[in-house]
Amino acid sequence: MTVTEIGAPRRRKEDQRLITGRSRYTDNMVLPGMLHLAMVRSPFAHARITNIDSSEASAASGVVSVITGADVADIQGSLPNAWPITPDQKAPPHPAIAVDRVAFAGEVVAVVVARSKKEAQDAADLVDVDYDELPVLLDLEDAEKDTVLAHPDLGTNRSALWVFDSGEAGTGGDVERALAHADAADDEIRVDRTYYQQRLIPAFMEPRSTVVDPTSEQITMWSATQVPHILRLMLALTLGIPESKVRVIAPDVGGGFGGKLQVTPEEVITMLAARRTGKPCKYTETRSESLVAAHHGRAQVQRLSLSATRDGVVTGLKVALLADMGAYLGLVTSGVPILGAFMFPAIYKIPAYRFECTNLFTNKVWTDAYRGAGRPEATFAIERLMDDLAAELDMDPIELRRKNWITHEEFPFTTVCGLEYDSGNYEAATARALELFGYDELRAEQKRRRDEGDPVQLGIGVSTFTEMCGLAPSRVLGSLDYGAGGWEYAQVRMLPTGNVEVVTGVSAHGQGHETAWSQIVADRLGVPFENVEVLHGDTAIAQKGLDTYGSRSLAVGGMAVVAAADKVIAKAKVIAAHLLEAAEDDLEFADGTFTVRGTDQGVGLGEVSLATFAAHNLPDGVEPSLDSDATFDPENFSFPHGTHLAAMEVDTETGQVTLRKYVCVDDIGNVVNPLIVEGQVHGGLAQGIAQALFEEAVHDDAGTLVTGSFVDYLVPSAADLPAFVTDRTETASTTNALGVKGVGEAGTIASTPAIVNGVIDAVRHLGVDDILMPCSPSRVWAALQGADKGRGAEAAAPTVNSPEVAERDVASTGAVQTGTDEGTAQ
Amino acid sequence: MAKKPISLTVDGVRYADDVEPRTLLVQYLREQLGKTGTLVGCDTTNCGACTVHLDGRSIKSCTMFAVQADGHEVTTIEGIAAADGTLHPMQQAFHECHALQCGFCTPGMIMQSIDLANEHPEPDEATVRENLEGNLCRCTGYQNIVKAVQAGAKEMGGAAAPASTEAGVA
Repeated sequence: MTVTEIGAPRRRKEDQRLITGRSRYTDNMVLPGMLHLAMVRSPFAHARITNIDSSEASAASGVVSVITGADVADIQGSLPNAWPITPDQKAPPHPAIAVDRVAFAGEVVAVVVARSKKEAQDAADLVDVDYDELPVLLDLEDAEKDTVLAHPDLGTNRSALWVFDSGEAGTGGDVERALAHADAADDEIRVDRTYYQQRLIPAFMEPRSTVVDPTSEQITMWSATQVPHILRLMLALTLGIPESKVRVIAPDVGGGFGGKLQVTPEEVITMLAARRTGKPCKYTETRSESLVAAHHGRAQVQRLSLSATRDGVVTGLKVALLADMGAYLGLVTSGVPILGAFMFPAIYKIPAYRFECTNLFTNKVWTDAYRGAGRPEATFAIERLMDDLAAELDMDPIELRRKNWITHEEFPFTTVCGLEYDSGNYEAATARALELFGYDELRAEQKRRRDEGDPVQLGIGVSTFTEMCGLAPSRVLGSLDYGAGGWEYAQVRMLPTGNVEVVTGVSAHGQGHETAWSQIVADRLGVPFENVEVLHGDTAIAQKGLDTYGSRSLAVGGMAVVAAADKVIAKAKVIAAHLLEAAEDDLEFADGTFTVRGTDQGVGLGEVSLATFAAHNLPDGVEPSLDSDATFDPENFSFPHGTHLAAMEVDTETGQVTLRKYVCVDDIGNVVNPLIVEGQVHGGLAQGIAQALFEEAVHDDAGTLVTGSFVDYLVPSAADLPAFVTDRTETASTTNALGVKGVGEAGTIASTPAIVNGVIDAVRHLGVDDILMPCSPSRVWAALQGADKGRGAEAAAPTVNSPEVAERDVASTGAVQTGTDEGTAQ
Repeated sequence: MAKKPISLTVDGVRYADDVEPRTLLVQYLREQLGKTGTLVGCDTTNCGACTVHLDGRSIKSCTMFAVQADGHEVTTIEGIAAADGTLHPMQQAFHECHALQCGFCTPGMIMQSIDLANEHPEPDEATVRENLEGNLCRCTGYQNIVKAVQAGAKEMGGAAAPASTEAGVA
């Protein structure tokens, strides 16, 4: 078959409606008689609700209904957690509207339904709620001690303890023995570190929005969601409705990054309101509501111990995490940290490994998937740790990685976690990255600047990574107690004219599936790219699916498309043989045409399709249609990898950090559309760099989100980022026929440690070996001041033991900021 | 709340409407005129998704009231392509350079970029980045947007740039 489409930089089909303002975001939806919702949210992080007086609100202009938690206590159910990671996992009930207690600031306590959005919002201000405040628990290390309880009724802040130990699993050695040996032996070293993953907010650009139309036989929900199929099932289960009565449509969705992988209270509430009023209802959140009430990500304390020989060979790794669940368990909240469990060993041959994670509740909005989900956290920790080990051993960080990584010849390689990495070539990606970066020249410049005592120091940040994409083999998810499988669904339909409709269970929110899937099908069926239409995001059209997350779209969803297309070809071949009066075995299929081998006799797929439509002349027993569907369950994850390098300039007089050069070489296997791939990498880098330098969800002592608007939550702008140098190596995945791996999360995973390693590398010789993220000018400056006062100065900012330090730079991004902890508010 | 009469031109069509004085221009465009190509991504005028042109210059339509647009000319993303549907060079450049993913920031980005290009016919990278500081994108990392703006500006250089007038509003 002539390959023309896979690998081609096709411009996207999706663009036309998006660049002309004809987009179909949920908030654009208007239905006759539609009512609007406004939420009344708790200002307190932890309180008992003692009274709600909605009389004034109910009497206000345009108000149709005011709903409290008590009103719907018997029908609202508890929002779902689909991933109970241990049989004894603890979880508080999670009502969409709080009934008698709130556990985070921003939790919904009442809902106003009115004729217009303005009237709903006006009336929401009139709902009078009385609260008795309860002690607030915010800090993870406090949570561990159980002295304050996020949920008094649970009696503990612990949701679950999850452990993997390679010694017990038989996949590797005993890590305690390795660490003890390192303590005792002169030729070994032990490094103990604690790193912090600050809370981040996914901050998709489109605020969440939901419209529910209950006026026909099926209740139809439009929602800005990544997971229409999961949402339909979970809504049905939560509200006790047959799922056949619910249709969910995800129209154009303005970004997700894991943040729209959820069954939200707001979706359930809109559904409740629509059923109660019998009218179409819409709720669109404000940005402030989105920041405070859509789930957050990351938020971990990572305690690590690593043992190695003095010539740099790692002998053991022990990881103990405290993971912040927030106040409730969302859809996959508890599973996010354990996804990371498998990624701490990264690209290294680590002979002994132990991972334990304590999932803890706090009085903040719950955490859940955020771009990479568990894997960025793990990669950050191991890559920081490798740099710290290199520094302890006075070894080049690249050289240290070389000593420990799995070499190309060693694939397939079974890791200490029991994963089988199918393919990879860390040497090639690293060599290419070093070349593009000019590593040796930059190291020489670094030395010169250090020798000269330049006020602006240069740091070089290294990060190598792998991740597990293509979530996931269903049986693996089963072994991890996940509530669903990991297969995906597709349908390929030949139309009478020879055009093709492709239905996919993975609906996109900006990734370009319509274009990439068209390329795959055009290639497979030999039809023009333009003749393929991709349909998705509607449970009435894509009848099955497990949706979009974890870089699974192409490796799993794309493979389902391939499987469905192959079934179409197989059926078409039977019909073609009949039409050509030839034996099937004599036919070959290429470029959309079946030909009788050795002759010029042939019939095109379009003609076969028309023949099935007319159905006048089909072989006996063949159904008159030419379409097929398929589900694909991957046999393994895929494992993209890459090497990222950052050159960081740090002004030691102001603390200002400037990213001077960023080079990444990713290996994502075979590429369907290089334009889309490059775009995904760029966007991922921006998000990962943002964690390193800009973004943090900060709460005050009362649990109020201080970074509650885009004034304070610093999503980087074009002015804050440089141009990136990106390149690829291509080591095909051997576990799927497309040879693809996944690219959505790579940039985010690898860039955060590259940047922070670079910042530390710039100032390590000045006595700084840790700076909390985001590495804001004031934090960097304070770390340098602390280092100046001599090591062990407890006041030094870099060793502050909480990521929730009140100090925060709120000046506009990119501006030079200086000051002490007390003096940074500008 | 008492309504005020306003009269303005949006994408070449004259409208006379009554609006509450507190109605933001973006609310008027989206909710009253159905111009849903202009989007709302924040409530603090940081994101720029609602950027439109007022008398030829870019403004954030969430930053002014509809009554302030009385007597003015507004252009939205829905009004920049030619009557026959031919895309504006900046729209075409965003498509060619793969300068969008989810597309939510895109209308605002394009409207801001057209104004930028009118002012800087051949903007260098630093100028583009600086001028897009008020338009946030979460998908693209901006690299392809910068490329698109430069390419679009170059294409626009051939055509006569619309005359810019003072916006005349705060």
